[in-house]
Formats: sequence, C-alpha cells, structure tokens
Amino acid sequence: MLLYALRRLLLAVPLLIGITFISFLVIHLAPGDPTEFQQADPSTESSAQARQLLRELYELDKPLHVQYWNWLTRIVRLDFGRSFAPDARPVIDKIGEALQITLILNLIELLIIVSFAVPIGVLSATRQYSLFDKVTTVFVFVGFATPDFWLALLLMMLFGVQLGWLPISQLHSANWEYLSFWKRYLDLASHLVLPVVVATFGGLAGLSRYMRQSMLEVVRQDYIQVARAKGLAENVVVHKHALRNALLPIVTILALSLPGLIGGSVIVEQIFAIPGMGRLMVQAVFARDYPVIMGNLVIVATLTLAANLIADIVYGLVDPRIRLAGRRRT
Amino acid sequence: MAVLLCAAVVAGCSNDLDGAEVPGGGAPAKRAYGDTLIEALLADVSGLIPNILSDSPSYEVGGLIYNGLVGFDRDLNLVGELAESWSFSTDCLDLTFTLRPNATWHDGRPFTADDVLFTYETMVHPKTPTSNRESFKVIERVDVVGPRTVHIRYSKPYAKALQSWGLSVLPRHVLEPYVRDGKLREAPQNWKDPVGTGPYRFAERRAGEKIVLVANRAYFAGPPYISRVVYRIIPSQPTIFLELKAKGVDAGRLNALQYARQTNYPAFEKAYRKYRHAGGGYTYLGFNLKDPRFADRRVRQAIAHAIDKRELIDGVLFGLGRDATGPYKPGTWAHNPNVKTYPHDLARARALLSEAGWKEKNAEGLLVKDGKPFTFELMTNQGNEERRKVAEIVQASLRDLGIGVEIRIIEWASFIKEYVKKRRFEAIVLGWGIGPDPDQYEIWHSSKTGPDDLNHISYANPEVDDRLEKGRSACVPAERVKHYHRLQEILAEDQPVVFLYFGDALPVVSSRVHGIVPGPNGIRYNFPEWYVPAALHRYTSG
Repeated sequence: MLLYALRRLLLAVPLLIGITFISFLVIHLAPGDPTEFQQADPSTESSAQARQLLRELYELDKPLHVQYWNWLTRIVRLDFGRSFAPDARPVIDKIGEALQITLILNLIELLIIVSFAVPIGVLSATRQYSLFDKVTTVFVFVGFATPDFWLALLLMMLFGVQLGWLPISQLHSANWEYLSFWKRYLDLASHLVLPVVVATFGGLAGLSRYMRQSMLEVVRQDYIQVARAKGLAENVVVHKHALRNALLPIVTILALSLPGLIGGSVIVEQIFAIPGMGRLMVQAVFARDYPVIMGNLVIVATLTLAANLIADIVYGLVDPRIRLAGRRRT
Repeated sequence: MAVLLCAAVVAGCSNDLDGAEVPGGGAPAKRAYGDTLIEALLADVSGLIPNILSDSPSYEVGGLIYNGLVGFDRDLNLVGELAESWSFSTDCLDLTFTLRPNATWHDGRPFTADDVLFTYETMVHPKTPTSNRESFKVIERVDVVGPRTVHIRYSKPYAKALQSWGLSVLPRHVLEPYVRDGKLREAPQNWKDPVGTGPYRFAERRAGEKIVLVANRAYFAGPPYISRVVYRIIPSQPTIFLELKAKGVDAGRLNALQYARQTNYPAFEKAYRKYRHAGGGYTYLGFNLKDPRFADRRVRQAIAHAIDKRELIDGVLFGLGRDATGPYKPGTWAHNPNVKTYPHDLARARALLSEAGWKEKNAEGLLVKDGKPFTFELMTNQGNEERRKVAEIVQASLRDLGIGVEIRIIEWASFIKEYVKKRRFEAIVLGWGIGPDPDQYEIWHSSKTGPDDLNHISYANPEVDDRLEKGRSACVPAERVKHYHRLQEILAEDQPVVFLYFGDALPVVSSRVHGIVPGPNGIRYNFPEWYVPAALHRYTSG
C-alpha cells in the first residue's frame, strides 16, 4: 500500500509539470497581454512606453519557454510571484484572502448538501415511487434547473428588501469593526445564509440522485434479501447493511469534489459581492494576470491529483476486495 | 489623459458634466459634523496611488485622499487646491505656483514645494509605469524657488499645462525610495495607509470588500463634515440597486431603466435624491473609412439621416440622454451648438445614396452597386446592453434604406485587440469618454492611425489636423474655442462617425445628505462640504 502511494506520488510530478506547461501555453495564447488592460489611453507615446516598461518588468519580452522556465524555478521554491495587477501584491496573499472565504463557504455548503442529500436519497430509494420520492424528485430538479442569479435576486428581494430579515450582500456589515465578539459571528452567519442557500439549492440535486440510485442498486442485492429473511428489523437492514455499501460511490464523489472546494462560484460571488476565488480568478483571466491564474492552477491541479490519490487509497481502505486484488497483483 | 476608451461598465468612465436637474433642496439645515456615508463601488480600487493607475474607482477614492495643485469647481473652472495662486508668463512658457502655507501630509509632516518637484520627478522617471507622462514631458524643468513657490518652465506653449497639475501630489518623504527603484507599484502605500494631503485619510480596507476613510481633521480647507466614508465594493449593478432599496448603501448610480421606471415609488423618493447630468461619454456609430463604400461622405451622411436619434435615446436610455452633434458635451465651453445636423429623413438619405451610385435594388430589397449588395457587419463589445440595442436599432433603420446589417458581438479584449486595433471591421458601435479638456488630437488626427493609436476609423482631414494642432498649443482660451468650434463644423459635415448621444449620469444619494450642488462638473466636486444635519445622523461613529 505504501509502495503504491509512493509510486503514485512520483508519477504525479511529471503530470503536474505537464499540466502547468500546457496551461501556461494556453493562457499566453489568449489575445491581449496584461499591459494592455491597464492603460486608460492606449494611444499616447507615454503609454506605449509604460507598456514596454511593464513588459520588461514582467519578462513578457522574453520567449515563452524562458518565461515558463523562470516561472517553474520560482514555483518549486514556492514563490508564486507578484500579481501583474497595478497593486502588484504577492499572489500568495491574494489567493490566501480569497481562499479563506471560499473555503468557509464551500465547507458549509458541502456539509449541508451531504446532510440533506443522503437522507433524501435513502428515503426516496426505500420508498421508491412514494409521494415523498416524487415530491423530492420534483424539488431537486427544480433546484437543479433554477439559475443561481435569478434565485439569488429573488431571495435578496424577499428577505433583504421586503422583509428586511437578512443582509443583502457581502460577508460583513459596514460597522463590523464596532461589533462585540459574538455579534461579529452572528453578523457573519446572517450574511452567509442567502449565498449558502443559493449555492446548496442547486448542488442538492446531483448528490441526492446519486444516493438514491446507489441505494436502489444495493437494496436489490441478495445479501439484503438474506438480511430481511433473517428477520432483522427493516431499520437495521437499511441503515446497517444497505446504507454502508451504498455510501461507497458517494465517498468517491466527495473525494473528487475536494479540488472543487477551492473554486468559488463566480455567479454567487459576483451577485453577493463576496471576494472569493471565483471572482479573483475571473478578474485575473480578464486582466491576463498570469501569475494569479497560474498560482491558482497549480493549487487546483495539486489538489486534483491529491484527491485522486486519496480516493484510490480510501477505496482500498473501505473496500477489502480492491485491497486484496491489489496485493495479489504486486 | 484626455480620452479614455469606454469599456462595458455603464458608469465606468464617466466624468460628470453639465445641465443638472435638481429636486429643490428646501431650506438649508444647520451644518453638522459626523455620520457615515456608505457608497457603492462597482469594482475594487486597483491601487491607492492614482498617478500610476487608470481605473475610475481608484480616482474616486484617491480624489478624497490626495490633492492636486489645482482642481475643477462646479462649473469646471480651474481653482486652487494645494496652490493658493498661480501666474503665467505672457508667452505661456513659465508657470509659477504659490502654495498654501498650512497644508500638511496625513502623517503630520508639512507639505512643501519640494513635494511638487518630487511628483514631477515621479511622473517623468523612466521606471514609473504611468500613462500620464505626456503632460510632464513638455516640461523643461521644475524649480523650487522657496518652500511655498514652484516655478515650471515649459519647452513649448501647452494648452493643458495648468490642468495637468490637477494630478495627485505625492509625498517625497514616504515614496522616494520606491520611485528611485522603479517599484512604486509595490510600495505598501499603494495597498494600504497612503499618505496624502486630502480631506479624508485612509482608515482600513478589506480586499475586494470595502475601503474606509475618515475625516482629516487637520485638512487645510477645514475638516470635512461627514466623518467617515465607507466604500462597499459590490460588483453587480442589480445588487447595488437592491442595497439602495434596503438602505444598505447611501449613494450609488442608477441606470436609465432604474431611474425612469423602478424608483418612482414614494419610499424611494423619500429616502434618496436622484440627480441627472450629462455623462462623460458619447456613443457613436463608427465606419472603417478604408472601406470604399464608407469612404464616400454621402453614404455616411445618408446613414446619419436614416437614424432617428430621438427614437434611439428613448429606446435605449428611456430618454435619459442628449443628442450628440459632435464629440463635445452640450453646455461646455468647447461645444459648438451651430453645426450641421441630420434630422431623420429617409427621402434625403435615399437621394444621397443614389448620388453615391447606390440606385438599384435586388430581389431582397438591398441596394446594389457594381453587382454587389450593400451589406456590412456591425460589431460591438459583449456585456454592454446599451450598445447592443443601438446596433439593433441601426440595423432596423438601415433595412428601410436597403442596407443589410449583420450584428456581431465580441468579448471586449478580443474585440479591441483583434478587430478594432487591426482595423478588421466594417462598422462599430463604441463610445468615447471625454475629459474636461477639448483636446482630441489622439482620436481625429491623421497621424494617429497606427495599430496602438486611437484613430481607429482611419480618418484623415488636413484641416482637422491643423485645428487639432493649433488647439492644443494655443494658450489663450478664446483662441482655442475658435479652433474647436471649427473642428466641430468639419466633423459634423464629414460624419466620420455618426455621433449618436451623450448618456446621462444618474447618481443617487441619500436624502439625509445636504450640501450637494449639482453642476456641469457633476456632484462629487464638493464632497468635503456635504453634511448631514445632526437630527438626521444615522451612524454614530466618531
């Protein structure tokens, strides 16, 4: 097992380099370069001068492979460089700030999705074609089909403007600094309600359908039949025998969604004015802010590879068949 | 920086002007210090040293933190800020400023003539990444005559000399090492704790979320009334609108639809005052004059006659715009109201087209010349509803004449880089933002047709060139007026672009704020004098 993990880890290195190289090429192929988006008046001689100055500063005047090599040698020392934006801040600071916010949001969201999707899936599977099943099916598909921005605006209008119960946008009130310790958390929580609701509403559909499907397959298995024949209580059959096995694919899906945790939803962030990863990334792409784009890509790629590895290892842990098969082969 | 290219954002680069309509203010209440004003910003500032930046949020926030030597008043006259007075020599080559005696930096150090010299050195330093250098390259030298006197020598008469000193003056004692190393962008003051002389000082910021400024009690012109300004960064126009409705922000901008249709209910009108003044940019229909069809002036005039501007302004802006007859804002000193206009007249348009050889129509009803039907592609950028609607109305109007228009909408960056700069277009709908000075050399001069230049349409007219050159070097305003008035006559006759309209800027401010006097310069020019009467204070911060 250890050897297997080690081998996978080693294989990940060239893969990571390949990913970054291709990404580097692709983003540099997009028309326009960062210096062009920063000048108010792109015509005057002095702005041409300023552009040239920036090009030299950012090493954009060098051939692409040199630029990539320089970037690579910096990144292996964990130096993400400075943003090309006029604030020239370290990329790591920018990503750090946005990541915090996105992680909080996504973790809460994931927690809610899992804690709702699993019971919904189980219930609709065990009571297939019941009223509950039908209602939840309709509900989750409505959620799936509702555009985020539309739902967000409706909720903002209802709870923010009409009823005045919840704040409309951002994560803190304007007077946040003046609040007491506990009030601050309350303030943050109230700001989180709407964005989290909007984000989970759509995500619920996918996972609950997977859960339902997986559960349906499991309950048809012979060993469930056997468990029932033994006279076990339905409760025990479902929760102890069926659920455990039905959760396997869900674990995979969750593990693979790990990199997604750091990717923010652009629409939700834009409309709720939350400075998360989605907004950072979109702004960086529009401004051709290569260091920020690449910094983010490295993190996402690393997490994706790590998630794959973790998923494979976890398989082995939860499913003895895979573990044994692996041992026989090596 | 006379001209900026207006991108997608509605309020992105307007620079407020002219003809305000004010709801009556009532009896003036007693001025009082205190309260907080919460403003919505569509984007975070890109930095806090405006001299090296070009986005409008940075200028808005920076405008409260820094001062120029001069500034614009309500009617766009230049008035002293850090300069108490100034004088020009008769040949316009020597400019001498006398500075205020009592101005201090936010860190307590006195402001002196040496800081003016430093600001000049910063702007011309080869490693300063700024596109505002132009106005400072014509300076021969800057001499500090005394702690309160600066003398500036120009190498040639320069019409924008005085105005160019409206630029933020920077502190030598804080920023000098960064300028020397060419690292002004990385200076911590570009991110946090900038040091200026302005009415507000920086308090704190949270990236992408908010910027807080507090009143500078030591401000040389007396402390501002409103004690705290919070800029909330909300990158979505609909969200700002909802925040306004819920009173989560005190000031913002409306779009035409919101102004005309969605804010007329009593609660909104009680809570806010809406303002309306000519915005800082116009929308135009531009032609690629290298295209033989559009090189013919009669064709351009015919198209101008075919477009009903009133319908356009009503349809696109709910009437909240002004007819553009040329590139200058109506009501400003450079604007010439007596130029040729093109009333909606299809018969006249048809006559002009047939003069130009477009006489026959084919089976589809399109005009044909030399066997080719008259169709062209009209491009504009993505994300701007207004321009899309303009394109559609133009399409429908020209269809009546027998000209086929195909609309193509392209993402901003590729649109500019791949099509506009490379001149790979037949016609475009775009806008120009214009500053307070009428110099538009960059847009209309025939030498400015290179790939990075702004004369995208490849316009060339020797008399226009001549007027532009004279207008920017004349130092007597009366003489400049003459050149610019003539320039507008030629442009109106030539129609190198069809000038469509100036959209109105539609700011809205909480009605508890008093002291706002709109004018040709918009509303923000006297921000330090805005106040909230004590009885109406909403926030109790000090």
